[in-house]
Amino acid sequence: MKEGVARFWREIPQRYNFMGNKCGSCERVFFPPRESCPYCRRKSIGNMKEMKLTGKGEVVTYTIIHVGPEDFEEQTPYPIAIIKLEEGPQITAQIVDCPLDEMKIGMKVESTFRKIQQDGHTGAIYYGYKFKKQREY
Amino acid sequence: MRDVAVIGVGLTKFGELWDKSFRQLIAEAGSKAILDAKIEGKDIDALYVGSMSSGRFVDQEHIGALVAEVSGFSQLHIPATRVEGACASGGLAVREGYLSIASGINDIVVVGGIEKMNDVGGSEATEILATASDQEWEAFFGATFPGIYAMIATRHMHEYGTTKEQLAQVAVKNHANGAFNPYAHYQSPISLESVLKATTVAYPLGLLDCSPVSDGAASLVLCATEKATKYTDKPVKIIGSGQASDTLALHGRRDICTLDATVYAAKMAYKQANLTPKDIDFAEVHDCFTIAEICAIEDLGFVEKGKGGKAIDNKITTLDGSLPVNTSGGLKAKGHPVGATGVAQIVELTMQLRGEAGKRQVQDAKIGLAHNVGGSGATCVIHIMEAM
Repeated sequence: MKEGVARFWREIPQRYNFMGNKCGSCERVFFPPRESCPYCRRKSIGNMKEMKLTGKGEVVTYTIIHVGPEDFEEQTPYPIAIIKLEEGPQITAQIVDCPLDEMKIGMKVESTFRKIQQDGHTGAIYYGYKFKKQREY
Repeated sequence: MRDVAVIGVGLTKFGELWDKSFRQLIAEAGSKAILDAKIEGKDIDALYVGSMSSGRFVDQEHIGALVAEVSGFSQLHIPATRVEGACASGGLAVREGYLSIASGINDIVVVGGIEKMNDVGGSEATEILATASDQEWEAFFGATFPGIYAMIATRHMHEYGTTKEQLAQVAVKNHANGAFNPYAHYQSPISLESVLKATTVAYPLGLLDCSPVSDGAASLVLCATEKATKYTDKPVKIIGSGQASDTLALHGRRDICTLDATVYAAKMAYKQANLTPKDIDFAEVHDCFTIAEICAIEDLGFVEKGKGGKAIDNKITTLDGSLPVNTSGGLKAKGHPVGATGVAQIVELTMQLRGEAGKRQVQDAKIGLAHNVGGSGATCVIHIMEAM
């Protein structure tokens, strides 16, 4: 997908820094940040607080993409997963540095800052989060 | 609220129709429906057309008026509206037409659905289809549309023990049905082995788990039931209509394996029809991928959550099963020109309920259900129909 530069730039706080938000009424956390909480609706308006997420979570489900979009063709086959973050929200992202046969549901992962796409050979480079297996501490 | 019936149907052949244009396809389906209903242009109060992405597939927006024009109605100045809800665009157009008659505003409405997908290359078609998913939070990160359904499949296999063989059996069944449908994109049976051995698109889904990129159009004539017998002696009534929405992204949903939009739309349609899932004799469900049919029969209440794979094993949904599903071949074999799909499902229900489905006729079919999904489940529209 090709995005205009401004369209990408607007989302840098989320894509670079994992900035989400929290409903001041029910304490649910959202990523990407929402204008209002879908559970509290009216009560949450003006009561959504910015919150930086840790970028840690676990794999809820995954796929291995063999036929990719043009921008990702060189990377196939690559895993894409839905990750449930520690703070609650679920997101979709690529898993990197993980042998394909080690992909599994329940795997603990953490975010890593990577290049996602490039807009042609001379165009803008879009960065964002991918996920890798959490290191054992 | 007034009762509404289908009094005419029209379909083009679905497939890679290199020699037919967008305009020819919709005009062909529309004129077939109008001739079938024995109405004239001046009887039509309004037109509704479902199309997902005519703008990107054939570079043409503003197709409501265009469809009226190519159907020969420019001098009648009929109100014409295009409806969009990704792969549910057709079903939504049916519902808009239905509501406009039920409300008492219109008496006779023509509904069309169309997608001309093969005027762009395969990778561009894939990219356009991905616009039904969340572009900024799914597609941007490299998730393809088949990949999103594949993630539903992986989770379904994990939670309920559903197998790749069960997924493959959905494709085998629908191709077997498609072999009896002269309008289908694919009209030959396929083996379980060929589905399992097909090249992987997005694990666990292979090429034959996916519906094809098709061209095609479908059309219906809807009429207030009280006036329907003036035109036909076989009107088929719409007795329930439901629609619901959910988050665009799969990751935003309550449960990965449940399409809540289906659950809520079904609840609305069953309530209106005063029926339960047990009363449904046969169904056309949105099998854009094999896993989608398994989720659909669960979310529509035909089988318990997680038992969809077992139901396939037990052959409940085959043509001679207790609840035949996708007698037309479904999206899988009949083809999936996205905007046409939801309208074509109603065409199939009508043909079945009129007893005109030929070799794929369901015996004693009295009540049928059509289930049309947009994206990976952000939109769902359901209709229940009954022979009069």
